[in-house]
Amino acid sequence: MGQTLYQKIYQSHVVGQLNASTDLLYVDRHLIHEVTSPQAFAGLKQANRPVRRPDLTFATMDHNVSTQRRSMDAAGETSRKQLEALAQNCDEHRIPLLDLTHPDQGIVHVIGPELGLTQPGMIIVCGDSHTSTHGAFGALSFGIGTSEVEHVLATQTLPQQQAKTLKIDINGALSPHVTPKDVILAVIGELGTAGGNGYVAEFSGSAIRAMSMEGRMTLCNMSIEMGAKAGLIAPDDTTITYLKGKEHAPTAEHWDAAVAYWQSLYSDDDAVFDKVVFIDASRIKPQISWGTSPEQVIAVDQPIPAAEAFSEQSKQDAARRAYEYMGLTPGQKLTDLTVDVVFIGSCTNSRIEDLRAAASLVEGKQVAEGVRALIVPGSGQVKRQAESEGLATIFKAAGFEWREPGCSMCLGMNDDRVEAGQRCASTSNRNFEGRQGRGSRTHLVSPTMAAAAAIAGRFVDITTGDWA
Amino acid sequence: MNPSIHHLFASGLVCPLDKNNVDTDQIIPKQFLTSVSRDGFAEALFYDWRYLADGSPNPDFVLNYPQYQGASILLSRANFGCGSSREHAPWALQQYGFQVIIAESFADIFYNNCANNGMLLIALSKGNIDSLFTRCSEGPQQWHIDLKNQEIRFGNNAALGFEIDPDIKQRLLSGLDFIGSSEQFAPQISDFEQSRKASQPWLG
Repeated sequence: MGQTLYQKIYQSHVVGQLNASTDLLYVDRHLIHEVTSPQAFAGLKQANRPVRRPDLTFATMDHNVSTQRRSMDAAGETSRKQLEALAQNCDEHRIPLLDLTHPDQGIVHVIGPELGLTQPGMIIVCGDSHTSTHGAFGALSFGIGTSEVEHVLATQTLPQQQAKTLKIDINGALSPHVTPKDVILAVIGELGTAGGNGYVAEFSGSAIRAMSMEGRMTLCNMSIEMGAKAGLIAPDDTTITYLKGKEHAPTAEHWDAAVAYWQSLYSDDDAVFDKVVFIDASRIKPQISWGTSPEQVIAVDQPIPAAEAFSEQSKQDAARRAYEYMGLTPGQKLTDLTVDVVFIGSCTNSRIEDLRAAASLVEGKQVAEGVRALIVPGSGQVKRQAESEGLATIFKAAGFEWREPGCSMCLGMNDDRVEAGQRCASTSNRNFEGRQGRGSRTHLVSPTMAAAAAIAGRFVDITTGDWA
Repeated sequence: MNPSIHHLFASGLVCPLDKNNVDTDQIIPKQFLTSVSRDGFAEALFYDWRYLADGSPNPDFVLNYPQYQGASILLSRANFGCGSSREHAPWALQQYGFQVIIAESFADIFYNNCANNGMLLIALSKGNIDSLFTRCSEGPQQWHIDLKNQEIRFGNNAALGFEIDPDIKQRLLSGLDFIGSSEQFAPQISDFEQSRKASQPWLG
């Protein structure tokens, strides 16, 4: 019987067997940031353990940084202490760090790929659940907790058990204005937030092959929102073209050997998945979340579902709770709602392609009165590129705030927050209660849907064309 | 790992949290993640649900009910611990006093994070979870958790068995050093690094 891509990567990283069902896997790349690493370094110090492979470890400052000023104290005293702790730990253990003064600093899941740190066939871990992003390159990548960060720092390995395999086969062409964000939201709506629990999800099919690396990253990024341990896409020419010439990509000396290896990374035709789901890409419409879980999502032209539409009592209860928190009524159209805040950014949708798509809708228009609209590029590279292409000028002329890179309003750890009761069109990944600030009301959308909401001052169906 | 975990699995008061998809943003909101310490998170547990906007305790939140003070077993529903990988979530639950969480299912990262902190997570079928909530609706519950025999005992000889991964069970019972047991593989790790360097030199 053939193997799935996940099984191939897993097997090739087994260092030893810890127990009957637990293997010790080697970690090729360990990405760290300021929020989930300080306690791990403290643990190492307490046990007098060194970092085994600082050269395979890479740090950035992102979660906690101000997006208004490049200064460590700009987001408050406790943030400063945490950023300083990271700088000191990296210095002490000789771990490369992209601090706030570095031109390429940015969100960990944006800079990993753009610096070529993310490569097919690798195992990549980071103390952040959206590490699933890197699966877009055919790397097995997943989020870990701080105890595991400490474990990887000490041993460059991690105990793991084989996950089940899920294949999500998406075929057909996307309609105009439908983006990879809409695809993954539709998939989560279909499978539910726990639909992927215990699985590694591999995305395949013609719709995936047609996607850019940026689009694939958006897709894999949110595979954690359906509970999957990781998202995976087999590398192809799009992947190889993207990686060529990146700072940390294989050099000319090893390039051909690396490419030959990458081309062996796919699920065999006779590989058996534990579960297979088929999705028709051509039927997907622009999506928008209405509730407080990413699975509470609908096509923009649909009314908010009635609680009775859900067969399970628990989902009915969750819907009623969500109506109350979100200030909504079943049957209501989201296109009848005004927005207070628009956030375009996060590890899900802050890459150059996302900004290009948003700018194409914004050009020559103005942000609606009373709407606060932010663009937070994912990295220094994205920011510079957007400025050189004139996108920043378009955004600023339209009335958007043009910020410095960071996680920003996706989780509001810094001072970029949505106030209680405010409604936000957000390109981020989580619409949990209080995620963007206590009492904040988040609606997850694509960058184009967010841009259109900023201009119209309300949610719009961008496929109809009569909103602007 | 906490060396006193063995007796903590003995028995405890149950607090029922009747919700699906309790996410780690709810378990511990972002503003408490700026700490560089592993301690001091008990007060932050379920902060936005537990306290009103003025900082006073929310009397409608189950954790604040007088009959659940001192609870060490948390009962919830499907997909508990979904969302962010923050280990601050298990730290907050544990520091508040919860050593055991019983739910229909758990998010993967959260499950591992709890195991790495010596907490016992028990997943049960929806039917069994429903029956446990029914028990709780009849009055405060004191249950005995027997990890060795994989049983929840309710008194008057009633009990409910549970499944647990044998490797996790062994780790919880023996209190094995998480990093220490992998460090015993140091020679194999070095061998792996050597062959990796030979076959995939671009990886460093």
